[in-house]
Parts: sequence; structure tokens; C-alpha cells
Amino acid sequence: MTTELTRRLVVFTCFLVTAVTLIPVVMMVIVAFQSDAESMAATPSFWPTSWHPENLERAFDLVPLGQYLLNTVIFAGGTTLLETATAALAAYAFARLEFRGRGVLFGIYLATLMIPTQVTLIPQFVLVAKLQGIDTWAGMIIPHAFTALGVFLLRQFFLGIPRDYEEAARIDGANRWQAFTRIILPLAVPAIATLAVFKFIGQWNNLLWPLVISNTDATRTIPVGLQAFQDTHGTQWNLLLMAATVTTVPLIVIFFLTQRWFVRGITMSGFGGR
Amino acid sequence: MAVQTVPRTTTPPGPPPPRRRRRDGQARAAWLFLLPSFIGFAVFTAGPVLAAGVISLLDWNLFSPPTFAGLDNFWRLGDDPTFWSALVNTGYFTLASVPLTIAVSLALALLLNRGLRRIAVFRSLLLLPYATITVAVAFVWIWLYIPTGGLVNAVLGLVGIDGPAWLISDTWAMPALILMSVWKGFGFGMVVFLAGLQAIPQQLYEAARVDGASPWQSFRSVTIPMLSPSFFFVIVTSIIGSFQVFDQALIMTNGGPGTGTTTLVMYIYRTGFENYEQGYAAAQSLVLFAFIAVITGIQFLLQRRLVHYDN
Repeated sequence: MTTELTRRLVVFTCFLVTAVTLIPVVMMVIVAFQSDAESMAATPSFWPTSWHPENLERAFDLVPLGQYLLNTVIFAGGTTLLETATAALAAYAFARLEFRGRGVLFGIYLATLMIPTQVTLIPQFVLVAKLQGIDTWAGMIIPHAFTALGVFLLRQFFLGIPRDYEEAARIDGANRWQAFTRIILPLAVPAIATLAVFKFIGQWNNLLWPLVISNTDATRTIPVGLQAFQDTHGTQWNLLLMAATVTTVPLIVIFFLTQRWFVRGITMSGFGGR
Repeated sequence: MAVQTVPRTTTPPGPPPPRRRRRDGQARAAWLFLLPSFIGFAVFTAGPVLAAGVISLLDWNLFSPPTFAGLDNFWRLGDDPTFWSALVNTGYFTLASVPLTIAVSLALALLLNRGLRRIAVFRSLLLLPYATITVAVAFVWIWLYIPTGGLVNAVLGLVGIDGPAWLISDTWAMPALILMSVWKGFGFGMVVFLAGLQAIPQQLYEAARVDGASPWQSFRSVTIPMLSPSFFFVIVTSIIGSFQVFDQALIMTNGGPGTGTTTLVMYIYRTGFENYEQGYAAAQSLVLFAFIAVITGIQFLLQRRLVHYDN
């Protein structure tokens, strides 16, 4: 009796909390379909008197949204690929191979986790500017493709893979590279996927670095592009929020498709309290 | 696949390879594996940190040659009211948003951990804010905060409260940013806490019940200590994150009214890329770094005393 009542209370609370939480997202979509007059009225209305799907086309006409989306995929995808590749290699060295200075070097890597991105922002900008990298993909992607966090997460995971597997392969005649690519990497797919999702979401969201490095529509990403939207076109709420909706949807889809990895990855990395 | 075909027990031990040569080979392999990350790390992280130290001693606008300024940039921080205001604002933001985010994350994780069958649906939906683009949802929140007729004030009106002009109010602009940030960020902590809760062995609760513990007592003496690694991780990452708050403040208030919501990162950005005072911006970023380092250091010291690791 009591447990049934408790269960219902829990379900009801879950519904209520979820509904309240989703209001901003729902409002974003609703306003995106309102007419110009309605969305810009001094007193906002929450439900459109008429729906305007043509706002979608208008938003794409007003700013090069398609280009921004493509640019964001290149930026987020590029940094993610490069980061996971280099982090996996380094993590393998830190987890499995012995060399002089390993402890000290790993300590330095870890210490840099604390450094706010703003400390490196100005020197990185100066460096990229000197190398003529402003407004280029290399200039945008490469500086943001190396973080200690990736190395740290993957090393944790590699340490948990039994050494026997690799040693068996080594005895079988595999060299280190083969042991890494054929034994370790396939086993580490969940961890690598977790790192990739974290990184991809983080960079899709990144405003500061593209704001500093990208000057033209050829490299401008969505967070920067949306901001320019507001400057040049006042606050045309329906089109702005249509653009926001369009650019948020791919991220949400990716997030939902990969959520299982993401949740497992947090548990596996030990932060969940193992 | 070769792994399965070679049973380890049948492998003859073989003559031990000469020790020194083997270790040399390993070190060389290690450096080859490390090299791509190490070069990137040295050029784009370690180098820039050192460079920030050098730049902070310069008077430099990026275009004309820098001149040596000694510690002038640091002295200048002392009588720069905007810097202090940014520091206070960032502190205010952190002190309010971190505990709030943690409270909301933990409450929702506890709610979702009640063994519901359809929990995954709620978890996914509740993670949605975390999966949105900050800049995009910041625009929605401006709209929700419109003083007359905006949803927030409309709801407050229902219970007879005359809501303020949130984003242009000296008093309410910062709380408005904090509320939005908690909404945007609680999902991450929620997942971490949920993972932590699910890792707690049920026997501990049974033992507590046998000992006659009330639900509140078992929460205090089982759940909280067992969750301490999750707490530690969420607190450290939230504090570092909130010291770097930028996107929503830039979009929603642009640092205003006055300098009421100007954060440290926003001020560093303005100094470096709007006023082109790279040396001064670098000095500010190093002070921010020092704050984060001190706070993280304190947390690690506290961790030794308060965080309970199972193994």
C-alpha cells in the first residue's frame, strides 16, 4: 500500500520536474514558429495564433546557417578525431610502457588540468597569428586538440585491461603497435567513445576560441554565428530561435544516440564512486 | 584473435632477454607513442602557460613591438575597479551556482534512483538541457526573462509576485544568470551522482536497517560517505567551470547592468581582444589561475580527510 503510494508519488514528481525542466526547450521551438509580429510583441504570447514553418527557410536566408553547421561539424569533428587519436597513443605509453620520467611527465599532464583555458588563450592566439593561422582550419583545430583530460581518462581505462591479453599477443609475435591496435583499442572502444562524445559536445558548444580565431563566415561556427545573428538583425525572436532550434537539434540527436556510452563512461572512469 | 589460440600455460618460459636492451627498446617505443600528444601538449599548453607569464610582464597591443613593463600589469590590477568587480561577480556566481547545481543534481539523482522501470526516459529528458548549445538557450532565457509577459514573471504573477526586470536589474541580473546556469548544468552532476548511487552495495543499507537506522540516518551514514568521490569530482569540476563562466553572461547581460555581471573571463576577453592590452589580460588570467590553483589545492587537502574511497 505505502510502497505503491510512494511509487506513484515518485513517478508524479519525475513527470513534474521533467516538464518544468523542458519548458525553455519547448518555448524555443514554439517561438521559432511564431509570426514576426507575435514574436516581437511587447508582451510575449506563449502559444502561436498561427504557425509559420517558412521561418525555417527565412532563418537560412538571413544568415548562412548551413555553412555554420558544416563549419561546426568540421571544427568539433576535427578536434575530436585528433584528440582521441593522440590521447589514446599517449595513454598507452603512460599505462603500459616504462620509461625514465614517466611519473613526472604524467604529473605535469595532470597539473595542467587545473589551468583555465583563458591562461592559454592569449599566447595561443599570438602563436596562431604568427603562424598565419587566423581564420584557417588548422589554426582553429590543432591548438584545441590536445588536453591532458583525454590522456588521463584513457589511461585509467587501459590500466584496467588485464596485461595477459597483450602478453599473449606479444608471445604470438605481435609487436607493440599490433598489440595496441588489435588488442587494446578494440577493448577500449567504450572509453574512447566516451571521450569522443565529451569532446564533441564541448567543442560544438565552444564560443570563446572560435570567437577569437574565426573572422569570416568561412570558418565561423554556430555559437559565434548565432551571436552575430543578434547583432546584425536586432532581436527577431522567431528567426533567431528557429536558428537556435535547428542548430541544437543535431547536438541533441548525437547526445541521445551516444548517451549509453556517456553514462557508462562516467561510471567506468571511477568518478561515479567505485 | 590470436589471443585465444595460444593457451598461456603451454608457452615455454624461454631464455630471459638481456635486460638492458629490452628496457631501451621499451623507452623508445614509449616516446614514439607519446610524441604526437607530447608535441601538441608542449606547443599548445605548456608553452602558452610559460608565455602567459612572459606576456604578463609586457606592455603589448599585438601590433606594435612590446615593451617591458615589469610588474606594472599586476600593480594595475590593484586599482582597477572593474577587475575587482569581475572577481566579486565570479565569486558570487560560484558560491551560489555550485551548491545549487549540486543540490539539484543530487536531489534528481536520488529521485531517479528509486528503482523505476522507465527511469531511462526521465534521465534522458532531464539530460536535455545539458545537451543544448549554451549560446542558443541563453537566447531563450532572455525571452523567458522579458519583464512584462515573459514566462518567468507570468508564473510569478500567478502567485501574486510582481517580478523584476531580471536582466537589467542591479539586484536580479546575477541571480537570473545563476538560475539559467543551474538549469543548463545540473545534468552532468545528476549522471555522476546516479552512477555513484548505483555503485553503493545494497548490503550496506540492509546492515543499517538491521541496526535500526532510520532512512535519514542511513542516508547520512551510508549514502553520503559512499558518494563522497562523486561529490569531490562534481565539486572540483563545477568550481573550475563556474570560474570560467562566459557564454551566458555575454549573451544575456553583456556584463551589465554596469559591470554587475561582468565575469573574470569576460573581462579578460575584453582586455585582450577589444582593448588589445595583451599584457594586462595575461596578468588577469594568471590571477584567475592562482585562484583556481589555491581553491583546487584546498579541495585536494580536504579530500584526504573527507573523501572515502572503497579500496
